[in-house]
Parts: sequence; C-alpha cells; structure tokens
Amino acid sequence: MTQLTLLARFAEEISWMARYMERADNLARLLEVNEVFARDRRGEHNWDAVIDLNADRELFEKQHGATSPSKTAYFYMLDRDNPNSIISSVRSARENARSLRPLISTEMWTHLNVFFNELQAISATPDNIPNISRFCERVRTACQAHTGITEGTFYRDQGWYFYQLGKYLERADQTTRLVDVKYHTLLPRPDDVGSILDLSQWNALLRSAAGYHAYRRVHPRGIDPIGVAEFLVLNNRFPRSVRYCIGEVSNLLSQLIYTFQLNRGDRVAEAVDVIHKRLEDTDMQSIIDYGMHEFLDAIQLDLIAVAKAMDVAYFGQVEEDDVAA
Amino acid sequence: MGDIIEGSMGLSGYDSQGFFCEIVSAANKGMIPQAVLKRLQGLDAVELMARSDAASRELYNLGITFTVYSDRMMIDRILPFDVLPRVIGADEWVDVERGVTQRVETLNKFIWDIYHDQKCIKDGIIPADLVLGNKNYRPQMEGVSVPGGTYVHVCGIDLVRDGDGIFRVLEDNARTPSGVSYVIENRHMMQRAFPDLVDAFGIRSVDDYGPRLLKAMLDVAPEHVGDPQVCLLSPGAYNSAYFEHIFLAREMGIPLVEGRDLVVENDRVYMRTTEGNEEVHCLYRRIDDDFLDPLAFREDSLLGVPGIFDAYRKGNVTLANAIGTGVADDKAVYAYMPRLIEYYLGEEAILPNVPTHICREPDGLKYTLDHLEELVVKPVGESGGYGILIGPRASKAELAEFRAKLRDDPANFISQPMIDLSVCPTLLEGRIVPRHVDLRPFCVTGKSSWVLPGGLTRVALREGSLVVNSSQGGGSKDTWVLMD
Repeated sequence: MTQLTLLARFAEEISWMARYMERADNLARLLEVNEVFARDRRGEHNWDAVIDLNADRELFEKQHGATSPSKTAYFYMLDRDNPNSIISSVRSARENARSLRPLISTEMWTHLNVFFNELQAISATPDNIPNISRFCERVRTACQAHTGITEGTFYRDQGWYFYQLGKYLERADQTTRLVDVKYHTLLPRPDDVGSILDLSQWNALLRSAAGYHAYRRVHPRGIDPIGVAEFLVLNNRFPRSVRYCIGEVSNLLSQLIYTFQLNRGDRVAEAVDVIHKRLEDTDMQSIIDYGMHEFLDAIQLDLIAVAKAMDVAYFGQVEEDDVAA
Repeated sequence: MGDIIEGSMGLSGYDSQGFFCEIVSAANKGMIPQAVLKRLQGLDAVELMARSDAASRELYNLGITFTVYSDRMMIDRILPFDVLPRVIGADEWVDVERGVTQRVETLNKFIWDIYHDQKCIKDGIIPADLVLGNKNYRPQMEGVSVPGGTYVHVCGIDLVRDGDGIFRVLEDNARTPSGVSYVIENRHMMQRAFPDLVDAFGIRSVDDYGPRLLKAMLDVAPEHVGDPQVCLLSPGAYNSAYFEHIFLAREMGIPLVEGRDLVVENDRVYMRTTEGNEEVHCLYRRIDDDFLDPLAFREDSLLGVPGIFDAYRKGNVTLANAIGTGVADDKAVYAYMPRLIEYYLGEEAILPNVPTHICREPDGLKYTLDHLEELVVKPVGESGGYGILIGPRASKAELAEFRAKLRDDPANFISQPMIDLSVCPTLLEGRIVPRHVDLRPFCVTGKSSWVLPGGLTRVALREGSLVVNSSQGGGSKDTWVLMD
C-alpha cells in the first residue's frame, strides 16, 4: 500500500488553491498601489485601468453601470458576484482547501478558514467600502502568511510541486497582464513633445509588482520605461518577473518527471520549453521591435497551452481531440 | 428526589430532577468512584465557561464542523461541545462491550442469512415481508458472498439509560454510522482545555480507532491481494460529515477518494492518480447503497462509480459496510433483535431493548392507539429524530392527527414507553444543569470485533428535550471509560 500516490483531482485542486491565493495577493497589491500612487494629472484615481487589466469591463458594467472609485474598489475587494474579486478568489482557495484537507497541513486549512471567515464578516456595499489600503494590507499579509505556513508545514511530496507550479504559472500570468496593460498607457505619446515622463506612474507599476526596491538596487540611477519592462519580463533574479517564474516552472516540472517519475509530463515540458525559448532568445530591444503587446500576448497563449497540457498529463482530463473522436 | 450537590460554585444547586444522573447517581451507587464526583464538584462554573468558549472557537477554526445548508449558503457549524464529561465505570463498560459485540455478531449472521438461506424467515422468527419488503433490502445481494461473512464492519449502537440506570438499546446503525471523529476530537479538546482534569483519572484512550479500522479493512480485503490498497470513499466536500471522512482517512493513513476519482475496467476498480490508474481493493465507503452505483441502484446518482457493484459481486473489491445492511437499521426489525440473538447465538441479550410495540401487528396497534398519550411513536424508516410523536408532551390535536396516521399506515410505526432518559451535568450559560444524554458506542469488525472504549455521548441542550441529534440542537460530550 503506497502513500506516495497522488489523486489526479488533488493535484489539480492544489495547483488551483495556489493560483487563487496568488491571484488574491496580486490583486491586493494592484488595488493598494492604485489607491496610493496612481493618480492622473488632475489628481484623480484612474480605476479604469484595473478593470481593463482584468478584462472585466463587460461584467462590471452589467453589475454596476458606470465606473466610480468606490464601486470599482468594491467590485474587486468584496463583490461576491465577481468571480475575480479578492473575496471570491479566497473563497475558491478555501473551497479547494476544504476538499484538500486530507493532504494539506491542518495549519494551512485553519489559516485559510479563518482568513475567509474574516473577509466574510466585513460589511460593505458598492457605495460604502472599508479603507482600501488597510484592507489590501490585510489581504497581502494573509496571503504571505499562507505562503509561509505552506513553506513551513507542507510535506514535500508531489503535492508540493503541483502547488508551486500553480503559484508560478499564475504569477507569470499576472505579471504579463500588468506589463501589457500599463506599458502602453504609460509611454509618452509621440505628439506629447517635451512632456516629462511621469515617473510616479512607473514607480507605481513597479510597486504593483512589489519590485520597486529590487529595481532600485539593480538600477540605482533612475527609472526608464525600457528598464522597468525589462526588469518585470526578463530579469532572472526578481521573483515576480516572467522569466524567473518560467524558470521555476521548468525546475518544478523536472522534479516531477525525474524525482517522482511522472513521465506523462513530457508534453508539459515541451510546452514550457516554448516559453523558455521565447524568453531566452531575446532582449528588450528585439521585444520592442517585435511589439510589446504581441510578445506578451504570445506568452499568454503559451501559458494557456501549458495549463492544457497539465490537464491532460496529470489531472486526468481527456484530450480535446479524443473527445471529438 | 434528585441528587443535590451543595457547597461549590459550579455544581451548587445542581438537581438531577429525579432522573438517573450519569455522575451523581452513578457515584452514589458505586458505579464510578466518589473521587470523580468530588473533583467535578470543585470546578468553578465561570472559569469553566471561559475555557469552554475558547474550546468552541478552536473547534470552529480547526474546521471540526458539520455542514448545513440555509438559503443556498453553506454554513459550517460545530457540534456544540460540553466540557463536563460523561463517565462510565470499568465494570459497567465490560457489560456494554460484551452486549455490543453480541449484537454485532447477531447482525452479521442475520444479514448473511437473509441474503442466503433465509432460515430465520422459514423458521418463523421474523415475518418475511418485514425483511423482503423492506426498502433497504437489496435483492441484488442474494447469493453474494462477502469476505469473512462480515457485513457490518462499522456499527454504531445507540444506547439510553433508563430511570433505573439500566442501559437499553434504542437503535442499531448498521449502514454508515457517523460521529466517531467527534469522540476522538472531543478527547483532544479536553486534553488541551482541561489537562488537569483529564490527567486526574485513568481514562482509556480512544486514539486506537484509526489503526483498528484499517486493520479490519485489511482483514476483509480480497484474499488474492498481497498488499491491498484501501481507500475511504466520500460523497465529497459538501457532505455534512466531510470533516469526519478527512479525519478517518488521515487516522487510517489511506487516500480519501470520491466517486469521480474511481473508474471500473474489466470489473476491477481503479483510482485516477497523477501516474495513471491504480487498483483499489477495499473501500470504506461513506456513500449510501442507493448512490453507490448508477448501473445497479439509483440511475441518477452522480456520486457513485458505474460498474462497482459487478466488481464487488466478483470479489475484486470489498465494500465496508457491505451492501444491504440497512434492513437491520429498521425500527421494526429492531423489535425482533432479542429473538434473533437467541436464535443465532443461543444466548440472552446482554443489552435489553426498549420494550417495543409493533403497530403492523393488530395487538401492537391496538395497544398503541389505546395508550397513545403515554407512548413514544416512531416511523420505522426515518432517522435523525424526525417524525417522532412524544405522547406525554403532545397536544390533543397532535394526538388526533397521529391517530389518523397510525390507522392509515400502521406498518410504518412502532411505539415504545416513554423512557426516563438519564441526565448528565451540563454547562449552559454559566450554570451547571441536568440535560438528557444517550450513548453511541462504535464497534469495528474485520475477522473479529473491537469496541472503542467510550463512544459518542450526545446531549439534548434544550431544557427537558429528549432529542439529541445534531441536526436538532444536540451537542456532545467527552465520554470517559475509567481504567480498572
């Protein structure tokens, strides 16, 4: 009787639990930075970018009509009807955790359970929201506690690797979106002759990715758009850069294939190699020549291909071609 | 009159109101040591309350909960936990253990018989239609042999203590009895919140349950398998007892699977893993017969595993409990248990039944109708305390309504005299008050039977209430079986 087998469903659920927590963490950072730093030239909050970044405009307008700072913040913080809100992500993470309780540590479950119950106890409406910064800080702290508890208590069998895979795939996805949406809106337009680069906006972008301090260590002398984009996409030491995340995904997958003998992962590894190559064989100037949006879009499609390959290789899903046949 | 304790903050003014008290009466009759009573008398109710609140919060945060639905929302509730233990003396426990084992042995012989020779029917011990017409009788099981002849691997037998302090069997739970996780978690909770109290006495451990259950499963796995894979089959995270499923899978050290994780190929059962399919040989299943296999039982079941019944019939997988044990849960079959014990074992029942009138029999119906206001009437098929009439507490209108129901469908009911259920000191709103309790010991059977020392003590928290079910405002207590 072996204890090392992992149910396909558990592998899937644990990678999703990690994804949802990573998503909540990223969203909290984004909202907080938007609240504190990102103001337009008249000093107003620009919340539209957050909606576009998450591709939620249609859903938002259906539920709330015209955007307003309070409504948008509510929509992302505590709106249970928005599947991408922080509370929905934490709820999904906790539902996965509930099902995963045979596998995860009691502390992981207890923490998530308490965290969700806390969020659920906050009373808020679209027009009456709690303090955004304090809320986001609480969410970030809880997400970091989750990461720490997981690191400190989760047994390092296959489950751990699927957890980490989910986390890094989600993080790569989030950073890609962030750069994609922000890069173009922040670049000075060709006709803005003589306008000064709005540094605070680039700072805010870095802060959204928790990269401001790290960036300043690498580039002590200043901030420039290409440098920021390069840092977030190609840097191989910053833990939220796309390249770093894909490197981790690649290592984790090798562990599953070689240490745990999960040979079905070969197809996943091929899909990861595609992204790896895309990131290794390039530099920032080539990306800009190719088109930043086009490049990031291609990475997003690659990430989707990796997720699909995992569904088939590990999560017991039938390949789409087989279904048709 | 009742036993009155004086002179301490906690138990001062406690009056068991004429009922048998599991602590005070038991100590006064020498069934448990006086020292236990003295120790509990010394407790301070305010201090107890503070520690009890902390314990409840911990249960909630740890997710030691059952799930209820309300307004389409899923709500986790803890089973209210009372910190004052129920104590059973060493000698008395020996009798309970023997009585429970005797009953389980009879149940296994009875169920084998009804799916094979049906001698108990031919010999006129029990009416044929009570067995064959029972909605839990599974004709598919006729002639199917199960390893070791064991059908009821896990049995929960509900006991109550009457006004004379005698344990009586209230009902048998031979399908998928739940609650054992609370027994073990309640003990852990007591050890954390009241280490001083727990350490003061020699209490028999309950930590053995998981390994014992695993051993029983290995005992009954298909014989041709060298290293059997045992799994716990759960309906899933939305089942009210999901916590218990997790708990048991962990205590047994086995994978927790759902129907969608299993697949049957060539009459063998496999679970889907990250490495592909792996064969499963024994399932401790917490899904009812009806939902187990849409090909053999309910077609609309989404929880089950298509084809698993054929794998079972061919002996490639063992299911515990076996299919078709629900006949024994029936409250009408229950009435025949003392005769069945005598029939199969040639012994008298160690644990007596509550005297039961079977309304399907003309005499039983007449007696029930004539004495309705003194009796407790129960529908035979229901569980969870639903649909019960408590005669002495019912209004005239309720009695009349029940009379009509009885005349309409007498076979659906049994009646019993009102039992003066024993009480146990219980902490409520800072006071210690008597509340009615029952006891569900758990018996695990593979090749032989083992009874967990103690069991689940459920307590009816509402004043005067006799209904202990968790779905109807019941709580639980730690159950201490003292060492010799």
